[in-house]
Amino acid sequence: MSVDVWILGIHMTKFGKHLDKDAVDLASEAALAALGDAGVSMKQMGVLAAGQLMAAGAGIGQQLQKQIGQTGIPVYNVANACATGATALRTAIMAVKAGECDMGLAVGVEKLAGAGLLAGGSRKTDSANWEPHGRYGAVAGVDGRIGTETLPGVFAQIGMEYGHKYGGTSFELFAKISEKNHSHSTLNPLAAYSKKMSLEQIMGDVMIAYPNTRPMCSANCDGAAAAVVVSDSALKTLSKEQQRRAIKVSASVLTTDPWEEACQVLPNVNTLTRNAAKTAYEQAGIGPEDLNLVELHDCFATAELVHYDNLMLCEQGGAVDFFNSGATWRDGKTPVNVSGGLESKGHPIAATGIANIWEVCHHLRGEAGDRQIEGAKVGLAHVIGLGSACGVHILEKAAS
Amino acid sequence: MASQIPLVDYLVLGDEPHLVAHECTACGARFFDRRNACASCSATEFKQVDVPSQGELKAFTIVAFAAPGVPVPFVAGLIDCDGTSVRGNIVNTDPDPDHVTLGMKVKLATFPIGTDEAGTEAIGFGFEPA
Repeated sequence: MSVDVWILGIHMTKFGKHLDKDAVDLASEAALAALGDAGVSMKQMGVLAAGQLMAAGAGIGQQLQKQIGQTGIPVYNVANACATGATALRTAIMAVKAGECDMGLAVGVEKLAGAGLLAGGSRKTDSANWEPHGRYGAVAGVDGRIGTETLPGVFAQIGMEYGHKYGGTSFELFAKISEKNHSHSTLNPLAAYSKKMSLEQIMGDVMIAYPNTRPMCSANCDGAAAAVVVSDSALKTLSKEQQRRAIKVSASVLTTDPWEEACQVLPNVNTLTRNAAKTAYEQAGIGPEDLNLVELHDCFATAELVHYDNLMLCEQGGAVDFFNSGATWRDGKTPVNVSGGLESKGHPIAATGIANIWEVCHHLRGEAGDRQIEGAKVGLAHVIGLGSACGVHILEKAAS
Repeated sequence: MASQIPLVDYLVLGDEPHLVAHECTACGARFFDRRNACASCSATEFKQVDVPSQGELKAFTIVAFAAPGVPVPFVAGLIDCDGTSVRGNIVNTDPDPDHVTLGMKVKLATFPIGTDEAGTEAIGFGFEPA
């Protein structure tokens, strides 16, 4: 019999440019605020899991302890591409589930404001003599010569592949997805960008990798998020108010991509997401039709479309019709990315997988202000890191 | 005549340039890189097989923003060569959505990348409209 785990406290910092704060400042701000939100202290934490992907060897967990509390507890510094935050959270959840401790803290932070291409951003100058190197015996750099390593280009192909398989996609369709998320962001004061953008503005902006223009790409920015998790039994010893605001983690799943033809040629972000979703729905004992809101990994507008299908929000092959029906707008059947998503809220990589949990919790607690999804009881948060790793969490409001 | 070398070791030059793959003798999974074992079934025996040079474009992007030194725009694509998926650029056509379309038939094309100090010419590959 598995232990139930709850989110007791959670926080995200403002996403954007934090010129006067370093990663430890941001991680401290998020962690202290999450502890404050939970009504507990660092001394009560039995485990700390932390991630900062772009400085994965620097030990952000211990750096954070040195600022907010060196209590001697185990630290797990995690790195799992864009699923780093979800991996940190899941590490803390696993420690509680395993009975090693009653409470744990998970933190994700990134300093990315002003960063350019995160992959395929540089190519070595050709050497004076052609000599085969690496696993493909390449005599020169292959990025741009044999396809693209840039993420906007990789995810563009992922969206186009869906269009080839099922039809109905176009530059305009993908831009409309971005229009939705930018529109949603106007209600989110913590988003890096919260300006409404018209379809014309989005389609007329700088092309990065067709069909993704700049506003259709996730925004590099600074930010942090942190969560305190607690076991069912420890929660019962806390105040009525803490119990009322606690959010149940009904499912916590992490998957990688099983081998399929083509998966080492163009990353397959579909099967591992579908596998994670399937397991999560089973764990939670609910179906996609029960979800009141979804925060999914729209690292590019082309990615959001395929995940409607992968998370089974629509029937297989039906993502285009599903979007065109208006279902994923905040007043639709299954609101998706009411935070503004990665395209406007921003994507400080390791923070993302906890920040999307914060967004869902905020609605389930009825504390989301102007952008509250009325009566929200169940939500899902999804992230994907290329390589690949997929994290899916299903969250439920406490029965009052 | 100056000697030639392929850009990658899975491109075979000669009268009929073509791509080759490592095929797992146990399950048939194909790979282009140096292998330790099979990612599909973990077996360790492979044989070299020729990959068909004709295919269908099943995904593409037109990259307009890339690393310094990478000429843009270019078309990056995923080509289904009769069941074996291959990564490559779409070449010898204009890099725009009027000329490059999903499902278009393409075939392998090779071209010089440059010549090194020893006079050896590196040959790259892409796919052109068939």
